[in-house]
Amino acid sequence: MTQSQVQVDSVSHAEATPQAPQPYRELGLKDDEYARIREILGRRPTDAELAMYSVMWSEHCSYKSSKVHLSYFGETTTEEMRSAMLAGIGENAGVVSIGDDWAVTFKVESHNHPSYVEPYQGAATGVGGIVRDIMAMGARPIAVGDPLRFGPIDAEDTARVLPGIVAGVGGYGNCLGLPNVAGEVVFDPSYAGNPLVNALCVGALKREDLHLAFASGTGNKIILFGATTGLDGIGGVSVLASETFGENTGRKKLPSVQVGDPFTEKVLIECCLELFAAGLVVGIQDLGGAGLSCATSELASAGDGGMSVDLDAVPLRATGMTAAEILSSESQERMCAVVKPEHVEAFLAVCAKWDVLASVIGEVTEGDRLVITSGGETVVDVPPRTVAHEGPVYRRPVARDEVQQDALNADLPDRLPRPETPSELRAEVLRMAGSPNLASRAWVTDQYDRYVRGNTVAAHGADAGVVQVDEETGRGISVATDCNARFVALDPYTGAQLALAEAYRNVATSGAVPLAVTDCLNFGSPEDPHVMWQFQQAIRGIADGCAVLGTPVTGGNVSFYNQTGSTAILPTPVVGVLGVIEDVRRAVRSGFAGADGDAVILLGSTAAEFGGSEWAHEVHGHLGGYPPAVDLEHERRLAGLLAAAAADGELTGSHDLSDGGLAQGLVEAALAGGRGARIDLAEVHDDAFTALFSESAGRVLVTVAADAADALLARAADAGVPAVRIGGTGGTALDLGDAAGTLALDELRAAWEATLPARFGPVSV
Amino acid sequence: MITFPGTLDDVDAARAVRRAGAEAVPLWHGDHDLRGVDAVVVPGGFSYGDYLRAGAIASLAPIMREVVDAAGRGLPVLGICNGFQILCEAHLLPGALVANAGLHFLCRDLVLTVENGRTAWTADYAAGDQLLVPLKSQEGRYVADAATLDELEGEGRVVFRYRDGAPNGSARNIAGVTNAAGNVVGLMPHPEHATSTLTGPSEDGLGLFTSVLRATVAAGS
Repeated sequence: MTQSQVQVDSVSHAEATPQAPQPYRELGLKDDEYARIREILGRRPTDAELAMYSVMWSEHCSYKSSKVHLSYFGETTTEEMRSAMLAGIGENAGVVSIGDDWAVTFKVESHNHPSYVEPYQGAATGVGGIVRDIMAMGARPIAVGDPLRFGPIDAEDTARVLPGIVAGVGGYGNCLGLPNVAGEVVFDPSYAGNPLVNALCVGALKREDLHLAFASGTGNKIILFGATTGLDGIGGVSVLASETFGENTGRKKLPSVQVGDPFTEKVLIECCLELFAAGLVVGIQDLGGAGLSCATSELASAGDGGMSVDLDAVPLRATGMTAAEILSSESQERMCAVVKPEHVEAFLAVCAKWDVLASVIGEVTEGDRLVITSGGETVVDVPPRTVAHEGPVYRRPVARDEVQQDALNADLPDRLPRPETPSELRAEVLRMAGSPNLASRAWVTDQYDRYVRGNTVAAHGADAGVVQVDEETGRGISVATDCNARFVALDPYTGAQLALAEAYRNVATSGAVPLAVTDCLNFGSPEDPHVMWQFQQAIRGIADGCAVLGTPVTGGNVSFYNQTGSTAILPTPVVGVLGVIEDVRRAVRSGFAGADGDAVILLGSTAAEFGGSEWAHEVHGHLGGYPPAVDLEHERRLAGLLAAAAADGELTGSHDLSDGGLAQGLVEAALAGGRGARIDLAEVHDDAFTALFSESAGRVLVTVAADAADALLARAADAGVPAVRIGGTGGTALDLGDAAGTLALDELRAAWEATLPARFGPVSV
Repeated sequence: MITFPGTLDDVDAARAVRRAGAEAVPLWHGDHDLRGVDAVVVPGGFSYGDYLRAGAIASLAPIMREVVDAAGRGLPVLGICNGFQILCEAHLLPGALVANAGLHFLCRDLVLTVENGRTAWTADYAAGDQLLVPLKSQEGRYVADAATLDELEGEGRVVFRYRDGAPNGSARNIAGVTNAAGNVVGLMPHPEHATSTLTGPSEDGLGLFTSVLRATVAAGS
């Protein structure tokens, strides 16, 4: 068949053909949304405009279902909480001051759906995207972390997605030269058809080097730099291409999941930092989801003028790309900068030094329109705010499913059979140590470089990742992410606060002062009122909790539609907390890291709380009842005690108690330190089972030199933190006395280390 | 201290050099000038993305021509991880590094045994010394034909061995080798990440850098 001359769908063409049918529904736009676009423009949109609006008004980019709830974070942030914040929600990433003119930026983002389709590239580009967000703030990325969630360990599909996702995280992060210092690996049936891949990045900068994403100054140039733009990651917009090109154009379809090139990103990092240092950048934005559509409209929308862009200047890696495709491409490793005309030459020279491709593609103009041309014709002419910041806002129905939730809460764990005799309790400790959610993560974390850049003080296996920022003073940061989604399912408000409390406590356990919070809110469909109820409650829980703790939420990410068919994942608001430590040499080592004979002290109190516990999940496959109580005032006192004791060098080791309770805490502390302990469970709780497996919140194990134990107990009493000496370290076994017997460390280590390699094969020979 | 595009552990190696008491001089891959340095470290990373084959493109960089010439004149050269791969690709050292036997990237602390304490980079050690250092690599399995391996063993040119077996499947547990003159050494594990107990597992790796400093100071005096 003969292909007729391709008609570019220019603005004038759109005006001339007002009734031309457009595939807006295939692009995910609702009828009323399409009508609103026509109303904004006073005509039908061009293909390119339709591509821009459809992707920018998607849930992922516009937060249209979550916006009305997310505003609660801002409403609950006090002036005092704001005082350390240099940039907050709405920027590429939040920025907080950590003292000595240093600032830190951090954020966690999801890449769930691409990672299910193509595990390696989905996970790899998740790392790449969050790293560019951090770069766009003017910071040097200094660490990454990856909270991951999978279906059951023995599910067939887990063996497909887990190795690919881990290799993707490692393959990209290792090649970028960023130490991976934090994260989680959780198995639960609800993630079987929808694994969660969240990616965290931390960056450091001098306060004065902060860069924000806006385009200002008429005449300033827009420079696109980094990789070329291709057909990968175009996704839904391909329906426009097929409309334009007919069926027989023979164009190769490329995967809708983007393909990463970490080497290009590594060079881009160094290039960006040199550009920042030379003062050549007015504003900067990374190209992630929605590609150039997002970068140009957001830069223009946040600036004080309009913008003109010529797509003919965009370096392409495929031939015959349409304007809509160029605007929608999610090709990785690209950045967009606003540069003063007199700096363009110097800017291009720095890019040339790093062999980074850079092209002037447009400029800041007077007025308030974003005008994009292609082949000499105007294909986009829109008010940028309507694309980037004034998209649709939905007030979705919010309703607790009374029947379902009441039944869940009524199903108390009290009825579950418990181990009773000492030998049964001993066997349960061993079984739990080797259970999928508690076993050693070395199979995963051995595939990540934790050493590169030489600033890593603590990484995987520790309660929090600790990274030195300033080599001269030893000032550094501590970061942890946490979420027990079973707690959130039982009570979204309390469960989200427990996630916040745990991450906060983990940072404090490392000896740092918690400063700020980021979150990655992974939920099911926003069209399900019960899911929206979970979402709303979780946000309120985190925000109200942050107000008590004095730690602002500085940014984050929402991921909806995490479900298989009509079954949603467990609501999973992953919370990341960042803390500052004045001197990383004072960081507290995880576990029994001191000497034999140290006193083991339990901070916090223990009640019989088993709802959503790892024991109920692992042994009985049970989820019901209520989550443990959360007391954020106690968490704050506990964190203050830990920071003060750490700063004075009193603590020889520490470990947070969470999943698996005291039993698992002791196992991990003993294996980390390579020394055993003798523990009197009666000091913890009258009932040995409760002492071992309850997951009461607000508890931390610490060790101190034996002659310093009384001083620490007194200090805890002054701080209003319950504390009890429960034993001492030493030997090659965990001795739980008459209550539960003795477990040799060799036996525990063998059980703890065997589980993941047995399922996924050995990492090494 | 050479930086290629994609080099990652240059800051770490520079820090190790400073800790040993020497001055770290940055060298750029595209330059033809060694700037009068007394020794060269080719650090780890993924030079040029390690596309084609680990170290293959970097071995052809302009700066490497200078390094090869200078090594022939006796300049001490150390290749760590990707640097070791580059030195093998540049034929300064025999053998090659291929994908780990487990086919996974592997980051792990392990113990090396010093086999040769007489090279420019190991004079501060004695044969039999044990060093706790991190290994972190995807293509770290050392291979060579049997004749080459026999020659290396016969001439005492195996410098480091994995004490408890090579987790990457390296031939004869070899972790590092030297050239016939003993001035060029390459190893897969990262001694520069074992120069402080704060940020590494030990200070055992510092000896490589103090060895070469002592040797160059002695040669200069």
